[in-house]
Amino acid sequence: MSATARKAGFGAALWDYLTTVDHKKIGILYLVAGIFFFILGGLEAMLIRIQLISPNNEFISAQFYNEVLTMHGTTMIFLAAMPLIFALMNAVVPLQIGARDVAFPFVNSLGFWLFFFGGVMLNVSWFVTGAPDAGWTAYAPLSIFSEGHGVDFYAIGLQISGFGTLMGGINFIVTVVNMRAPGMTYMRMPLFTWTAFIASVLILFAFPALTVGLFMLTFDRLFGANFFDPAMGGNAIIWEHLFWIFGHPEVYILILPAFGVFSEVIPTFAKKRLFGYSSMVFATVLIAFLGFMVWAHHMFTVGLGPIANSIFAVATMAIAVPTGIKIFNWLFTLWGGSIRLTSPMVFALGFIPTFTIGGMTGVMLASAAADFQYHDSYFVVAHFHYVIVGGVVLGLFAGIIYWWPKMFGTMLNEKLNHWFFWLFFIGFHLTFFIQHFLGLMGMPRRYWKFLPDQGLDLFNLISTIGAFFMAVGTIVFLYNVIITQVKGVKVSGDPWDARTLEWAIPSPPPFYNFKQEPLVRGLDPLWIEKTEGNGKIQPATPLGDIHMPNNSFVPFMMSLGLFIAGFGVMFQGTYWVLAVIGFGITAGSMLYRSFKDDLGYHVHKEDLEDEKGDGSNG
Amino acid sequence: MADDMLKSDNLPQNPERASLEGRNKFMGFWFFLGGETVLFASLFGTYLALRNSPAEGPTASEIFGLELVFIMTIVLLTSSLTSVYAMYHMKNGDFKKMQLWLGITVALGFTFLGFEIYEFYHYVHGYHFGYTTSAFSSAFYTLVGFHGGHVAFGLAWIISLMIRNAKRGINLYNAPKFYIASLYWHFIDVVWVFIFTVVYLMGKVG
Ligand code: HEM
Ligand SMILES: [Cu+2]
Repeated sequence: MSATARKAGFGAALWDYLTTVDHKKIGILYLVAGIFFFILGGLEAMLIRIQLISPNNEFISAQFYNEVLTMHGTTMIFLAAMPLIFALMNAVVPLQIGARDVAFPFVNSLGFWLFFFGGVMLNVSWFVTGAPDAGWTAYAPLSIFSEGHGVDFYAIGLQISGFGTLMGGINFIVTVVNMRAPGMTYMRMPLFTWTAFIASVLILFAFPALTVGLFMLTFDRLFGANFFDPAMGGNAIIWEHLFWIFGHPEVYILILPAFGVFSEVIPTFAKKRLFGYSSMVFATVLIAFLGFMVWAHHMFTVGLGPIANSIFAVATMAIAVPTGIKIFNWLFTLWGGSIRLTSPMVFALGFIPTFTIGGMTGVMLASAAADFQYHDSYFVVAHFHYVIVGGVVLGLFAGIIYWWPKMFGTMLNEKLNHWFFWLFFIGFHLTFFIQHFLGLMGMPRRYWKFLPDQGLDLFNLISTIGAFFMAVGTIVFLYNVIITQVKGVKVSGDPWDARTLEWAIPSPPPFYNFKQEPLVRGLDPLWIEKTEGNGKIQPATPLGDIHMPNNSFVPFMMSLGLFIAGFGVMFQGTYWVLAVIGFGITAGSMLYRSFKDDLGYHVHKEDLEDEKGDGSNG
Repeated sequence: MADDMLKSDNLPQNPERASLEGRNKFMGFWFFLGGETVLFASLFGTYLALRNSPAEGPTASEIFGLELVFIMTIVLLTSSLTSVYAMYHMKNGDFKKMQLWLGITVALGFTFLGFEIYEFYHYVHGYHFGYTTSAFSSAFYTLVGFHGGHVAFGLAWIISLMIRNAKRGINLYNAPKFYIASLYWHFIDVVWVFIFTVVYLMGKVG
C-alpha cells in the first residue's frame, strides 16, 4: 500500500506490517481486520435472517443457530465495531492534534495484536468443539452449563482482545493529554478527537469490569469455582451486573466516536463551523458520565425492586437530553450552510433521523414498567440495531469514506459510495423497522423458529429481504475499495476542502506526519489559515531532527504467546504444556523488551530539507 | 540526544519526568492504575456479595486469624516505605543506595508472599477450605489471589529492573521505569489495606 512497501516486495511489506509501530499503519491493520470481521459477522447475520425467512424453517439446526447468533453479536461488537473505531482513531487523532505519533507506539501495536489474536481465538472455536452458544451476553447459568468449549473460547478470546482494547484506550488518553501541538488547546480540539478521547476514558473504566467477569466465568467453567452456581452459594446475577457495568459504557464507547465523525463531516460539507462547539464537548462528557450509571436498565426484569428500577429508569432517560443537544447542534450546523451532498454527508443526513428513532425507542425501553413487555423481544433487537447500525455503522462508513484519501492517498468512487449508501440504508430500514412491530406482537428474540399463522410470517420475510439489500450494499462497497486501490489514482492532501489539521499535510502523510510542529491558531485551524492566512499552517518550531520509535516484533510475539496459552488453559491435561510454552513466550518477550534498550532513532534535519514537498505546510 | 538518555551524570531533579517519554509513561501508568482500581473494585464487589455464602464449607470467622494477617500488613506497608527511600535516592542520583533500598523492598515483598502462601496452605489443609469449596471460598481466593499475583508480578518487575541496570547508573531512560514500578508497588499496598479491612477485619468482626 505504501510506496516503500510496493518497491520492497511482499515479504518485506508483510514484515513491515507485523513489526510496525506507526499509528497510520496500525490504523490500516485495524481497518483491514475490522472489515474482515464485519464481513464474517455479516455472513452470520445472513444465516440468521435466512433461517427466519419463513415459519418452522429447517435451514440450520437449533444448535448451529445458537452458535451463529452468539458469534454474530460478539463479532460485530468486539471484532468489527471496536477495531474500526480504533482504525479511525489511529488514522486521525494524532494528525488532528498535530502529533508525530501516539504516546506509546509500542503499546499501540501490542493493542492491535492482542485484539487480533483474541478475535482469531474466538473464531477457531468453529473448528474445535463448536462456537460459543450462550448469546453475546453469555448470561450465567446458561453460560456455565453450556457444553463443549464454545463459551471457554468466548471467555478467553474476549479476555485477550479486551487487554488489547484497554491498552489502546490508555494510549489515546495520554496521546491527547500530552502530545498536542502548540496552540492546540482542549477547546480547540476537533470533535472527533474529543469523542475519541472520552471514549478512551470509558474504555479505561469499563473494560476492567468485563475482565473480572470473564475471569470468573473462566474460573467457574474450567477450575470449578462457584461464583455463579447457586447450589454452592453463588449468584448468577453478579455476571449480569459486571457484564452491563461494562456493557452499557461500551455502547457509548462505540457511539461517541461515531458522533465525532459526523461532527467533522457535517461542518466540512455545510461549509460552516460546528454549531455549539462547547455544548457538543459538554454533551459528550455528560453522556460518558451518565453512561456509567444506567447499566441496570438491562436488568429491569431481574427483580432488583421498584426503587432500583426507578432510579435507573430516570438516569437512562436523562441521557436522552445531552444526546438531543447533539442532534439539534448538527441540525443547526446544517441550517443555512452551503451543503455539498458528498457521500459522507449523505451518510450523516441518513444518520440523524435513524438515530433519533433509536433514541426514542431507547426512552420507551427505559420506562421500567413498560420494559417488562418489550424485554427480550424483537423490539429490543430493533432498538439496538437502530442505534448501532443507524448510528455506529453509518458513522464508521462515513468516517472510512471521509478519511480514505488521508489513509491511502486515493479516493473511493463517489457514485458507488452513493449506491452503497442507498442500498444499505433502505435495506436497513426494511430489516429493522418492522422488527419493532414483531416485538410488540410478541416475537421473542434469540429463538430458532417461529410458528406459522401468528401474523409473523410476512414481517419476517420483509425483514430478510431487507438484509439482502444490506448485503448487496456492502458488496458494492468492497468492490469500490478494490477498484479504487487497483486504479490507484492519487489525490491531493485536501480533497474535500476541509477544515482540520490532518488535511494540511500530504495524503498519505509522511511517516513523521509533520515536518515541523504546526502552530494552531484556533478551532478548525486549516480553515482559519484558508480564510485569514495563506491557506497553509504555519510551523511552530524551526526545522530540527525528528525522533522516531523503532519497529518491533515483540508485540506480535507477546500476543501469540497468550493465544497459545489460552488453548492450554482450556484443554488442560497434557495440553498444560501449551500454557507453559505460551506464557513462556509472552514472559520471555516482555523480558526481552525490558532488557534491550529501545531508544528509537532520529531523522536528520538535512535529510528532511532534501525531501520534496514539506511536511507541515501542505 | 539518544546518548543523553543513557548518561548518568548531571541528572535533573526529577529524572523520571525529564523526557517526553518519561512524562508519557508516568501519566499512562496513572491511568492504568485507574483501570486497576476498577478491576479490584469489581473483585471486592463480588466478594462482598458472596462472603456470607459458605455453602457447606467454613465461614469467614471460623478460619481467619488476625495475627498473621496483621504481620503481613506491617511487612507490606514497610515495603512501601522502603520503596519511597529508594525513589528518594534515585532523585538524588545515588544509584547504590537506590538499589539497596529496592533490595530491601523486594525482600519484604517475598516475606509477604511467603506468609500468604503459608496462609493459603493452612486454610486448605487445616480447614478443608479449598478454591472450589463454596462461592465464598472462590471469591476469597480470587480476590486475595489476584492481589498476591500482583505482588509476584511487581517483584519480578523490580528485580529485572535491578538486574538490567546493575552495571549502569540512573539515567533519563531508566528513571521513569524505576519510578512507575514503585508507583505500582504503592498501589498494591493500598489494595492490601482494603483487603485487610474488608476481608479480614469485617470477616472476623462484622
Ligand atoms: C437515548 C439513548 C438510549 C436509551 C434510553 C437506551 C435504552 C436501552 C434500554 C432500556 C435497553 C434494554 C432493553 C431490554 O433489554 O429490555 C437497551 C438495550 C440495548 N441498547 Fe440502548 N439505549 C440508548 C442508546 C443506545 C446506544 C447509543 C446504543 C449503542 C450504540 C445502544 C445499544 C443497546 C444494545 C446493544 C442493547 C441490547 C443489549 C442486549 O440485551 O443484548 N443503546 N437500550
Ligand atoms: Cu444500556
